[in-house]
Amino acid sequence: MIDTILSLVIWVPILAGVAVLATGSDKNAALARWIALAGALAGLIVAIPLVTGFDTGTSAMQFVEKAAWIPALNIHYHLGIDGISMPLILLNSFITVLVVIAGWQVIQDKVAQYMAAFLIMSGLINGVFASLDGILFYVFFEGMLIPLYLIVGVWGGPNRVYAAFKFFLYTLAGSLLMLVSMIYLYFQSGGSFDIQTWHATTLGMTAQTLMFFAFLLAFGVKVPMWPVHTWLPDAHVEAPTGGSVVLAAITLKVGAYGFLRFILPILPDASHELAWFVITLSLIAVAYIGLVALVQSDMKKLIAYSSIAHMGFVTLGFFMFNPLGVEGGLVQMVSHGFVSAALFLCIGVMYDRLHSRQIKDYGGLADKMPVFAAFFMLFAMANAGLPATSGFVGEFMVIMAATQVNFWFAFVAATTLILGAAYTLWMYKRVVFGTVTNPHVEEMHDVNAREILLLGVLAVSVLGMGLYPKPFTDVMHVSVIDLLAHVAQSKLP
Amino acid sequence: MSLMQFAPALPEIFVLVMVSLILVIDAAVDDSKRYLAYVLSLATLAGAAFLTVRDLSTMPVLALNGLFIDDPLSDVLKLFLYLTVAVVLVYSRDYLRERGLYKGEFFVLALFATLGMMVMVSASHFLTLYLGLELLSLSLYAMVALQRDSSVATEAAMKYFVLGALASGMLLYGMSMVYGVTGSLALGDIAIALQDGTDLRIPLVFGIVFIVAGLAFKLGAVPFHMWVPDVYHGAPTAMTLFIGSAPKIAAFAFVIRILGQGLESQVAEWRDMLVILAVLSMALGNFAAIAQSNLKRMFAYSTISHMGFMLLGILAGSQNGYGSAMFYVLVYALMSLGGFGMILLLSRAGFEADKLDDFKGLNRRSPWLAFLMLLLMFSMAGVPPTVGFYAKFAVLQAVVEIGYVWLAVAAVVFSLVGAFYYLRIVKLMYFDTPHDTSPIAPSADARLIMSANGLAVLALGILPQPLMAICVHAIGASF
Repeated sequence: MIDTILSLVIWVPILAGVAVLATGSDKNAALARWIALAGALAGLIVAIPLVTGFDTGTSAMQFVEKAAWIPALNIHYHLGIDGISMPLILLNSFITVLVVIAGWQVIQDKVAQYMAAFLIMSGLINGVFASLDGILFYVFFEGMLIPLYLIVGVWGGPNRVYAAFKFFLYTLAGSLLMLVSMIYLYFQSGGSFDIQTWHATTLGMTAQTLMFFAFLLAFGVKVPMWPVHTWLPDAHVEAPTGGSVVLAAITLKVGAYGFLRFILPILPDASHELAWFVITLSLIAVAYIGLVALVQSDMKKLIAYSSIAHMGFVTLGFFMFNPLGVEGGLVQMVSHGFVSAALFLCIGVMYDRLHSRQIKDYGGLADKMPVFAAFFMLFAMANAGLPATSGFVGEFMVIMAATQVNFWFAFVAATTLILGAAYTLWMYKRVVFGTVTNPHVEEMHDVNAREILLLGVLAVSVLGMGLYPKPFTDVMHVSVIDLLAHVAQSKLP
Repeated sequence: MSLMQFAPALPEIFVLVMVSLILVIDAAVDDSKRYLAYVLSLATLAGAAFLTVRDLSTMPVLALNGLFIDDPLSDVLKLFLYLTVAVVLVYSRDYLRERGLYKGEFFVLALFATLGMMVMVSASHFLTLYLGLELLSLSLYAMVALQRDSSVATEAAMKYFVLGALASGMLLYGMSMVYGVTGSLALGDIAIALQDGTDLRIPLVFGIVFIVAGLAFKLGAVPFHMWVPDVYHGAPTAMTLFIGSAPKIAAFAFVIRILGQGLESQVAEWRDMLVILAVLSMALGNFAAIAQSNLKRMFAYSTISHMGFMLLGILAGSQNGYGSAMFYVLVYALMSLGGFGMILLLSRAGFEADKLDDFKGLNRRSPWLAFLMLLLMFSMAGVPPTVGFYAKFAVLQAVVEIGYVWLAVAAVVFSLVGAFYYLRIVKLMYFDTPHDTSPIAPSADARLIMSANGLAVLALGILPQPLMAICVHAIGASF
């Protein structure tokens, strides 16, 4: 069967981005915004058949497209998705629409370039999730750095240059070693860049171990895992709201996705052997970074650290090697996509009014912005992992999975329930409750219709996923079982 | 000897005749008709391209008593040489005119240099190789010194000449050693003589050392790189553009002819030498480039590191490796054209846009040029989806294929260092505000060529197959 849906999902946003760029200077800002919105919506609409036509009964790749791309190097334009990548593509297309709307009024400078950067990046990220050829994956994986670099650097805060460089060089460092590993895999697999061929390639333990660390660096930086996480708070703080949303909701998922697509199935023996290493790093992220988040005075930084802690849960779940853990990690990824996006949008709403991200500048918002406070409350609760929100489902599954493996893993992981609640709710208390001390807060007006739309859509997603996560787990289940069957088989020669 | 024997060298003969013609015509006309030399030079290149395309060879043909070879490799490289030189001329025109350098000499020297490169590309004999190299080098020395009232340029020319002569001497010495061992100067005969090994191993290795040192000088590989930054910096930018683009293609041919064809069987001897040259070049080139505030100097160091990368492909010693090195050098020429060309386009009468700060806020002054420069910089850094990525990728693959994984790891680490200074240019263009707001008004044709140049970097990045196939074919059919 020949499909073009995945190509559309990738290229519609990119071409829309080029169209937005063509509107040129800020004189046509309104036009640029509308084209961008149309492009983002079109990107979401073309992704819908991925859900309606998805067969949850098979772990095989679906919507496959394959064509020779660079025959000289045996590289193919090979696309396909399974239950692991489908939800992420959808999440990305969905968040892109929100980002375009979120930047509607805030961005007044170089609007066309801003919108285009997000649309192009959205297409590239879809490409990352849909690639079945290693080099194609790499091209999308690296290509997305360029728009993100510009987003942070051009529209970011005062320290944006430092943040943009740090972000770019950190991620490049990781991915270049991955490139060498991919070339090595090419020769080991008899001349193929096909990821599924790599899944079946036998590899010695030394090679597996070395490649494990190369891939771990590449994806660990993106996730980000402790101790290579330090670029994230900087990039988040300096990025514009839309940039933070995309960073947290989408690009971090690219790293975690890499674990499932590359590290676990290609290097199963090294993964088992070195699971303790990843588990340790994940638990440090959960517990230690949770404590770091507690002392932050900048809201964006706090949420950034909270993201690192939550992503620690994801990697922890993956390395439990049981369906509950991997699915929990995946659910946590999607949930974190909604919750972190929502929290950054909330901070954006406040920042647009007061131009401060410092917790101490706020206080008493509940009186001035009751509707906003209610939304913010919901998302804060979700971030803390309150049952009935999406945040709870993933964390609970991962903790359950950890209990099956080792009680102490679960014990440390469960500290997040306390720490997460502590830093999120404490921040919420200081920002929203209490008396108004800053006179500028007096003048703040409540959310407008556009903001209600944004936050409302996310609130529905968070609650929906929290109350009835079964559709999500159904989609993933067969693929996850198949993946784990792969991982259980030794690939030593 | 029948006239037919000259047929394979027809493009060279044509260029030689045309240069002589231009020399005479330019001497006869007054200053208002200087454009004649420009137009005729472009016509010469077009004519040579026509002659080359008309006789595209499918297999190697030796001519002129084995001095000259016409094979697919030489055809492809020559076509790229014409293209590169033509683009150089278009970019340089306004710059030269504003500086009183718009004279017949420049065009004559450029075409003589081109002729020298064509001879190098098509040489199958140490004599012709050397002849071509000297024709190229002497033309370049003179070009650098063309702005004779500039002390920097004169100094650069002097350095270039002295070190270049030294390198030529080394090369000749090495060639004489190889001649002593094999009894021949023809590359084909040398290859046959060395096929089954030789008793005279020590003189042979001795000779190879000198040859490699000479080649490294010409390529600008560390530790024979000292002339590169000074010459790039000191020469008028139009000359830097010329030196930084087309001669790299010729140098590639030079290396591939000597090492890949003549000394092919001795790969074990020269591979380790090239490993050292490559690692040192990538290391020093990338680190030193960070410290530069002058863009021409920065590009000079970046050239050194790029040549190191290209050497990776050659040292693989396989067809795959040669093909990847060829791809690399063609892509490099394309990027180098764009990078230096951008400096030319932003320069005006009395103002050289060769400092990093001159690129500040380019996105506000000219979004389109800034975007093209962004593509060029990311391509030099090797970030997909630009073509620079595939160039790096292909050579890395060749290196891993021969089992030098550590070398590939070293290469990517150095290219990470390199990414920093390319990113810095993007940062200056996009994140900073301009301190110079004078309008940028390059001529329409230069702007058009620059657009094509920048977009080619992206287009070839999305669809690298055609160029890659050309390289694979050229190498495959010539070896």
